[in-house]
Amino acid sequence: MAVRLMTERKVVPYTGNMATAEALRQINPDVVAAYPITPQTEIMHFFANYVANGLVDTEFMTVESEHSALSAAVGAAAAGARAMTATAGPGLALMWEILGVASGMRLPIVIPVVNRALSAPINIHCDHSDMMGARDQGCIMLFSENAEEQYDNVIQAVRIAEDERVRLPVIIGMDGFIISHSIENVSLLTDDEVKKFVGKQTLTHSLLDIDNPVTHGPIAMADSYMEFKRQQREAMMNAYKVIREAGEEFAELKGKKYEHIETYKTEDAEYILIVMGSAAGTAKYTVDGLREKGEKVGLIKVRTFRPFPYYDVVDVIDASNVKAIGVMDRAETFGGYSGPLFEEVCTSLYTRGKIYPITGIVYGLGGRDCNLNHIEEAFDVVKRKAAGMDVPPVTYLNLRV
Amino acid sequence: MAQVSDKPKFVTREEVKMPPLKELTSMRDKIAPGHRLCTGCVAGTILRQMFMAAEAADYTLIIANATGCVEVCTSIYPYTSWKVPWIHNAFENAAATITGVEAAYKALKKKGMLPSDKKVKFVALAGDGGTYDIGFQSLSGAFERNHDFIYVCYDNEAYMNTGIQRSSATPRHASTTTQPAGKVIPGKPQPKKWMPEIAVAHGIPYVAQLAPSNFNDFFKKFTKALNTEGPSYLNIFCTCPRGWRAKEEEGILISKLAVETNYWPLFEVENGSWKINYKPKERKSVVEFLKKQGRFKHMFKSGNEHLIEELQQDVDKRWERLLKLEQL
Repeated sequence: MAVRLMTERKVVPYTGNMATAEALRQINPDVVAAYPITPQTEIMHFFANYVANGLVDTEFMTVESEHSALSAAVGAAAAGARAMTATAGPGLALMWEILGVASGMRLPIVIPVVNRALSAPINIHCDHSDMMGARDQGCIMLFSENAEEQYDNVIQAVRIAEDERVRLPVIIGMDGFIISHSIENVSLLTDDEVKKFVGKQTLTHSLLDIDNPVTHGPIAMADSYMEFKRQQREAMMNAYKVIREAGEEFAELKGKKYEHIETYKTEDAEYILIVMGSAAGTAKYTVDGLREKGEKVGLIKVRTFRPFPYYDVVDVIDASNVKAIGVMDRAETFGGYSGPLFEEVCTSLYTRGKIYPITGIVYGLGGRDCNLNHIEEAFDVVKRKAAGMDVPPVTYLNLRV
Repeated sequence: MAQVSDKPKFVTREEVKMPPLKELTSMRDKIAPGHRLCTGCVAGTILRQMFMAAEAADYTLIIANATGCVEVCTSIYPYTSWKVPWIHNAFENAAATITGVEAAYKALKKKGMLPSDKKVKFVALAGDGGTYDIGFQSLSGAFERNHDFIYVCYDNEAYMNTGIQRSSATPRHASTTTQPAGKVIPGKPQPKKWMPEIAVAHGIPYVAQLAPSNFNDFFKKFTKALNTEGPSYLNIFCTCPRGWRAKEEEGILISKLAVETNYWPLFEVENGSWKINYKPKERKSVVEFLKKQGRFKHMFKSGNEHLIEELQQDVDKRWERLLKLEQL
């Protein structure tokens, strides 16, 4: 990957990992701590090259585990530094304990994650079980469909995390290998534009402010713990607004608008699929194909998983001609009714008094292919559900029999 | 991260000027009264001794505290005992946390964003559980990366905060709640892990063993660590009256006996060179140290004489090894 500054806007052939590394370089964080794990490793190769060649001012910490990577980021952020790390799959699982510390201490750490399956069996390929396993640890969670979205989301994440109304860690997921290692056209901003967009951090309660010593991470007993948690919930609710604001400002800069969800041909749709990550691209293409055959199909892509945009999802479904919905999860909740996205969508609908036929679809675990045919199969399941036929709680796509 | 310099220059023991005690004790405490440490807990004494040395050298300590007695007793929200910047992250990551703070210091210094230009020293503070056991990996990584910080282990030889469970720092035959002295098994079967030599194996510039009963030595060693660029490891003896079933007023006496019996030798290692700082003229029997503590009570029952012998052997073996290391 070329080691150079961006003085003018360019469209470049980049992988998701290259795009993420470029975003990191342009953000120029104070501290980056990371540990190698496939398929994230490459991001840090590229970033280390920037460090070695003096293109960033970052203190780059090559620590001995993901647990220490996030622990060091917590220390750095509490000191007032703009701190980042990146990981994948089992690495995020190892960080799990400290994710809750980072959010509980309200530290705005930005964490790009290359989505990878969890062991066992060990598997280095994509699914969302890593982020789904961390979904209740209080971090904002965005999912990117492609390399450019990952680049754009990482840049916006700095603003979202550091906003005084929020101050929470942000995890930005992109699908391992499918996005992280595939080359696409990526439109980059200039260094100055990114620098201006992310702005300069303000030192609040810095550990380095020795004249005003602050205690970070105290013990809170039953008389105060719940208030801390309630404040985190409020911060997360504020994030709903702040993510939208950041998206609007980003649109002014780049012309591409980011919202909590993206809808594709849902207005008159009778059959709707809901999906996150790279499968959304495949699904849009499938929708086009089926539409040519006269089928009324549509797609909702969820970008913000935490805070979950329950109003947005229901509003779109409500405004369509929906007969049935299929929710596609790239993760399992063993023993639950269906996947985590399914559960969020069902709750969103039920609590608004909207009851539609809905079915869960699990796909792509451990990197299992999900191509046009599989998305068509998913629409078939939704159609059968609409027709009142017997459909199991969860349908596995592309499962070997 | 600190650049790996050849050999940091140390201040010699003679160069460390200890102010008169009256002056030291009139310094404003950095640890406020009202904390919840047990009566007679020596961890509090150790903290005050650390702060006296830091203040005399004009350093402000910035502390990352692992989960443990000191952490829970000093930071019960909405109160805090700390008059210096302090952070608690988790049990096993004090070293990783403080190195993150140190990295932030360097980054913000480069950007001209430091709120103060006064002298600071970064300190990771943990008990033996957070050091010898669960925090070991994080500690090893931080040493290897050569950050500029002091790692302070207050070693009370078991998990006292969770209720006196054995750790790898617990000595042989001591009775703990997870290895109680019973009819078949007389306490902990394994000897104490020797952490200082493991620290030395990292090639860090300064490692020392301290005891709060020997304040002069403590003061000098802490001051030397303050003035060392790169990682220092300080292993500090810490009586726990509750866990050791000892008298609350005898914490410092027990510390003294630990030193006089060679149970807790005072030594320091500068750039790999070992030096024993105190050699008792007449080494006392380890019995003198053991008999003050209920955790060793079963060793004094008739028929258990061999237990005392075995522990004495552990102590003698370590002392002999120290003497050899000093000759290197």
